[in-house]
Amino acid sequence: MSSVLILVDHVGGVVPKAVGELATFGKRIGDVTAVICSSKSAEIVPQLSAFAISKIIICDGIEFEKHSVGATAQALAAVVAKESPAAVLITSTARGKEIAGRLAVRCDSGLITDAIDIDSACVATQSVFGGSTTVHSTISHGTPIVTLRSNSIEVEAGSGSPSVENFAVSFDGVDKAIVTSVQPAVKGGRPELTEASIVVSGGRGTDGNFAPVEAFADVLGAAVGASRAATDAGWYPHSHQVGQTGKTVSPQLYVACGISGAIQHRAGMQTSKTIVAINKDPEAPIFEVADFGVVGDLFAVLPQASEGLKKA
Amino acid sequence: MKIAVCVKQVPDSWAEKKMGSDGRLDRANVDAVLNDLDEYAVEEALKIVEAHSPTGEAGEGSGHTITVISMGPERASEAVRKALSMGADDAIVISDDALGGSDALATSLILAAEIKNGGYDIVVCGTESTDARMSVVPAMLAERLGYAQLTFAGSVKVDGTSITISRQTEFGVEEMSAPLPAIVSVVEKINEPRYPSFKGIMAAKKKTITTKSLADLGVSSQSSWSTVKDSALRPPRGAGVKVADEGDGGNKLVAFLQERRLA
Ligand SMILES: Cc1cc2nc3c(=O)[nH]c(=O)nc-3n(C[C@H](O)[C@H](O)[C@H](O)COP(=O)(O)OP(=O)(O)OC[C@H]3O[C@@H](n4cnc5c(N)ncnc54)[C@H](O)[C@@H]3O)c2cc1C
Ligand SMILES: Nc1ncnc2c1ncn2[C@@H]1O[C@H](COP(=O)(O)O)[C@@H](O)[C@H]1O
Repeated sequence: MSSVLILVDHVGGVVPKAVGELATFGKRIGDVTAVICSSKSAEIVPQLSAFAISKIIICDGIEFEKHSVGATAQALAAVVAKESPAAVLITSTARGKEIAGRLAVRCDSGLITDAIDIDSACVATQSVFGGSTTVHSTISHGTPIVTLRSNSIEVEAGSGSPSVENFAVSFDGVDKAIVTSVQPAVKGGRPELTEASIVVSGGRGTDGNFAPVEAFADVLGAAVGASRAATDAGWYPHSHQVGQTGKTVSPQLYVACGISGAIQHRAGMQTSKTIVAINKDPEAPIFEVADFGVVGDLFAVLPQASEGLKKA
Repeated sequence: MKIAVCVKQVPDSWAEKKMGSDGRLDRANVDAVLNDLDEYAVEEALKIVEAHSPTGEAGEGSGHTITVISMGPERASEAVRKALSMGADDAIVISDDALGGSDALATSLILAAEIKNGGYDIVVCGTESTDARMSVVPAMLAERLGYAQLTFAGSVKVDGTSITISRQTEFGVEEMSAPLPAIVSVVEKINEPRYPSFKGIMAAKKKTITTKSLADLGVSSQSSWSTVKDSALRPPRGAGVKVADEGDGGNKLVAFLQERRLA
């Protein structure tokens, strides 16, 4: 059976659910080989047995944390040359897409980004133009390299421990950029924005007070998002911005509170399965995409809803 | 320093976008504008030059040049003109019928060939084109040219022959540095793009826009490494329910969530 490579993304050695999604997609195409390009492999390997992975390749010999995107693409290209996989799957993050882009150049292979599905014949599904159009594409040249958005598939559990192989690589110096310091994004107690099945977001309408938004998110076990107006004002960290220049989310439920629904915001949330909007202005464009809208003051509606859910 | 800024002409963000029967974005029937994220790239290039100019200004007398590079149909020169009116010095538009349907690999191949011709020290890009939304062209350019990749910059500092940025992604903030030459892409929080002044608009009319074909560049292109099989409009979201809060908005919301089994 052919093999499929998946790149193991991680934050400080913690492997996100998105890697399990890559494995689940990959299994449709072939045996899944997970590639680790990190000094934290000792912490990462045990976490991978949770997923449907048959083999792990640890790339040794490069200080990946120092060399950023270029070095990871280089190592991955070497693994591709060695394994001749049927496809390479990577998570659609800013970093993941850049690695995929450099890898595509190195392997002279086609690239599809931001896919939400891929079948056994490597036909990828993308949702484009703010979710208004669904596109099916294939790679016509080289090894298919596809980046997949997280939260696109139910993760299939692994069975048994994958075999582990070390693979020696050395830095070729192509990317001369060096990382001199890192400040990891602060992680709160709430679920990660792009992985959460429910997202509650606040905008300018919160007037800087996110307490009712956070309280409602917490009764639902949701992640908290924000519009650019809210992140620009410093009310919420930029890492929580949803939209064209923030994160793209596609949860089961998206609740927009005090957000007008500008096209740049909608670009990041329009593919959510169910959309709820709370806005004082009955003409707010967010209502055009909402399945359920409450025309009202978020400071009245949200606390009442939180109370109601606690009682339920 | 020789600086290049890569800009793309894209359909207006507000325009409704559709796929043509050929599986490509139907560009003919929508208003086209300069990709708004590329305005931040133009602004940052101007800022870099201003910081190193004896007069504090870009343009003649600064000792540095800013060249705008764009690949696209001939009318892409309209978008390029905007970058010139902001203060860039001159522009190159790569236009060729054979380039229709180019994907990111093809785009980066062509742009890299032109950048190599010009021998630029710094190439500034936006982080994303609002139509393709791939965010991969800058990284591909770095790979093709062997330039240092300094992308998703929230700040840029150029110091003699080295350049430092703070990279802002979902993973947090990384400080990065490299010797020149470098490919930089800038996030939209980095600056506030200037509006072209009247003087700038008038001056831009006299600036040179050179149009080049693939033959001029000396490359032959494979237009795409991927193929669209089919595309379909998603059924529009069914008109949702809108209720007014009459003191019971929160309860109605709870009822909706329970009915949909979302809570
Ligand atoms: C290049 C570029 C990139 C951008 N990228 C993004 C992006 O990634 N994400 C993003 O979100 N935006 C982005 N924007 C900005 C976008 O255009 C809008 O400006 C922004 O989304 C507006 O945020 P908002 O809806 O919170 O604020 P506003 O548009 O000011 O809307 C506030 C809403 O709150 C309502 N309201 C006020 N008080 C209350 C109350 N008490 N209760 C209920 N409702 C209330 C008002 O009726 C109004 O509809 C971008 C813009 C540009 C130019
Ligand atoms: N056709 C093009 N011509 C010039 N620059 C481009 C072109 N396409 C993309 N770019 C640059 O690459 C950046 C990222 O684009 P993309 O990878 O398409 O999202 C843009 O912000 C531009 O700076």
